[in-house]
Amino acid sequence: MTPRTKILSGLVRHVILLTTGSLVLVPFIWMVSLSLKPPAELFSSNFTLLPEHWFAVENYTKALTAAPLPRYMLNGVIVCAAILLLQIIVCAPAAYALAKIRFAGREIIFGFVLIGLLIPHQVLALPLFILCYWLGILNTYAALIFPFVVSPFGIFLFRQFFMSIPDDIVHAARLDGLSELSIVWRIMLPMSLPAVIAFSIVSVVGHWNDLFWPLLVVHSQEFMPPSLGIVTFANAETGNDYGPLMAGATLVVAPLVIAFFAAQRWFIEGLTAGSVK
Amino acid sequence: MVGVSVRGISKSFGSASILNGISLDICDGEFLTLLGPSGCGKSTLLRIIAGLEQQDCGTIEVAGIKVDHLRPKLRDVAMVFQSYALYPHLTVSENMALPLRMRRLSAWQRLPVIGALLPNVRSVCTEIKTEVARTAKALGIDHLLSRKPSQLSGGQRQRVAVGRAMVRHPAVFLMDEPLSNLDAKLRVQMRGEIKELHRRLGVTFVYVTHDQTEAMTMSDRVAVMLDGQVAQVASPRQIYACPADRRVAELIGAPKINLLEAAPRGEGLLAIAGSTLAVDNVLDFGDSVTVGIRPESLQFADRAGLNTLTGRLRYVEHVGADLFAYVDVPGSREPLVARLPVELASRLQSDQTLHLRVRCEQALLFSADGRRLSEGDGQVTPLRSYAE
Repeated sequence: MTPRTKILSGLVRHVILLTTGSLVLVPFIWMVSLSLKPPAELFSSNFTLLPEHWFAVENYTKALTAAPLPRYMLNGVIVCAAILLLQIIVCAPAAYALAKIRFAGREIIFGFVLIGLLIPHQVLALPLFILCYWLGILNTYAALIFPFVVSPFGIFLFRQFFMSIPDDIVHAARLDGLSELSIVWRIMLPMSLPAVIAFSIVSVVGHWNDLFWPLLVVHSQEFMPPSLGIVTFANAETGNDYGPLMAGATLVVAPLVIAFFAAQRWFIEGLTAGSVK
Repeated sequence: MVGVSVRGISKSFGSASILNGISLDICDGEFLTLLGPSGCGKSTLLRIIAGLEQQDCGTIEVAGIKVDHLRPKLRDVAMVFQSYALYPHLTVSENMALPLRMRRLSAWQRLPVIGALLPNVRSVCTEIKTEVARTAKALGIDHLLSRKPSQLSGGQRQRVAVGRAMVRHPAVFLMDEPLSNLDAKLRVQMRGEIKELHRRLGVTFVYVTHDQTEAMTMSDRVAVMLDGQVAQVASPRQIYACPADRRVAELIGAPKINLLEAAPRGEGLLAIAGSTLAVDNVLDFGDSVTVGIRPESLQFADRAGLNTLTGRLRYVEHVGADLFAYVDVPGSREPLVARLPVELASRLQSDQTLHLRVRCEQALLFSADGRRLSEGDGQVTPLRSYAE
C-alpha cells in the first residue's frame, strides 16, 4: 500500500467513525447545551451550541433545590452499591463452583444460568411485583434491590474468567490451607479484577439508569432513584421549563460518565477477556 | 520409618483407568522420583497423595497416619507445581506468608483492619515475617520479597514456589515436574539446588518427572511408572543396569537400548542378527528371546566371530568425548547404536562394514512376555563371555 492510499483510507475511516460517534453524542451534547441556556433561548430559531446569556447557575440551582435531586442521587448510590455488593457476594461463589468444582449436574445448572441470561427483566416484572407485595417490601429500598441480587450475567462473566485461571492455582491454595470460600475471595476475585470492574460498570450503569422497575415499586420521593426522580421532576415542577430539567439530567448522568472514563481500560479488558487465546 | 505409604491406589476418570493398584513405600527422608512417559498417571498419583484428587480405592499414609479423609491442608505435605502456581496479585513475601497466615491466624484475625486490632495478631505477623525472610534468604530470593511474580524470571519464580512450600516445614515435599518450564542451563543448576535442598532439609521428597536425566541424577530411588502401574522401584544404578522388564529398559538410557530378537539354537547358543551369542544354558528361554544391549556395551572389533555382530555403518553422531555409530544389522529395522571412543572417528566411513563385540556381562535378556531373564538373585550375566 502506498503512503498516499494509506492516508486516504485512514481519512475515510476517521470520517465514518466521527460521523457515527457524533450521531450518538448529539443528544447528549444538546442536553448539556440546553442546561446552560435561559428559557428565552431554548426555542430560539437560530441554532447555537453555547448560550448568548449564560444561565447555568440558575438552571443548576433550580435543579438542585426545586426537587430533592441530591436525595435521589443518594438513593441511587445506596441502591446501586447494595445491588453490586450483593451481586458479587452471590455471583462469585456460584461462578467458582461452576468453573472449578466438579459435581453432578454442573452443566445443567450452567444451562439454567444461560437461560436466565436470555429472559428479559420485563417478563419477570409481574411475578416479582407480586412477590414484593407478599414480602411487604413494596416502596422500600429492599424492593429496588432484591430482584437484582442474583445476576445470571454476573455468574456467566465470572465463570468465564475463573475458567481461564489455571487449576494449579486452586490446588496450591487448597494446600496452603485456604477454604473454598477463601479461595474465592482471596485468590479468584482479586485475580479477576478486570472482570469485576467490567461487571461493576455494567451493573451500576444498568441500575442507575433503570426507570422501569423503580416506577413499579416505589412511589414516595424518599426512595426514588435518580431516573425516576427526573421523571417526577419533569411532571410536577417544571412543566416546559426545560433548562433545569436538562441540568438535572446532566447531573444524574455525570457520575457515570466520570466513572466510565476512569475505568475504561479495565472495562474493555474485562469484556474481551477469554475471547482471545 | 516410612515417610509415605501408598497401598493399592486405583483411579479412573470415566472409563479411562489411570492408576491400577499402585503400592509404594517411600522411606522417611528419601528422594523418590516417579518417572514415566506422559499419561502414565504419575501426576495423578502425586495429586492423590496431596489430597487434590480422591482415589477410587486404596489408602495413603503420611508419617504413619492415614490421610485418606483429610483435606490437603491437614496432610502435612507441600507441593511445587510445574506452572509454579504463584498468586499473581500477591507479592513474593505475601505468597510465601500465605500458608503460615492460614495456619496460625484464625479467620477473624486474618480480616483486614479489624484483624490487626485483635490481640496477638501483631506478634504472630512479625514471627511469620521473620520466617519468610529466613526462608527467602536461604533460597537467595530475599531481595525479591516486595516484587510481584510477573516481575520475576522463570528461575526466580521457581525458587519462590519452593520457598512457599518450604516455609511451613512439611513432612513431605511433592514436586510435579518443577523444572520442565526452565531452559536447559537453568534446569541443570536448579537440579543441583533441589538436591542440595533435600540434603539440607532431610525430609521426604516425591518428585515427578518424565526426564530420565533428572530422575537418574537426583533420586535415591526411582519408581518407573508405565500404564498406571509401578514397573520397578530401585536405585538409579539398578534401574539402568538391571531393569525389571523390557519397557523399563527402553525408557531409561539415551540413546535407547538396542533390542534384537534372537532364536535359541540349543547348547547355549543364540542366533542373533546374522551371528551367534554364547549363553548359559541354565535358562529356559522358550521359543524366542530378546537381547538388550546398551550402546556402551558394544566394542569395536577387527573381525567377525562369536559374540560379535556385523553390520553396515549408516552414519556417525559426534557427542564430544564419544561418538555414536548407527549400524544396520540383518534382521533389525532399527539401526544398532554403539557408543565408541572418539579416536575411532578417522577409521569410520559411511557404508563400511563394522564388527561390534558384545560385552556379554552387560547384555540383558528378555523373555517373550517382556520380563528380564536372570539367574537367581537377579544379577546380570546370562551371557557367557567368550574367551579368545
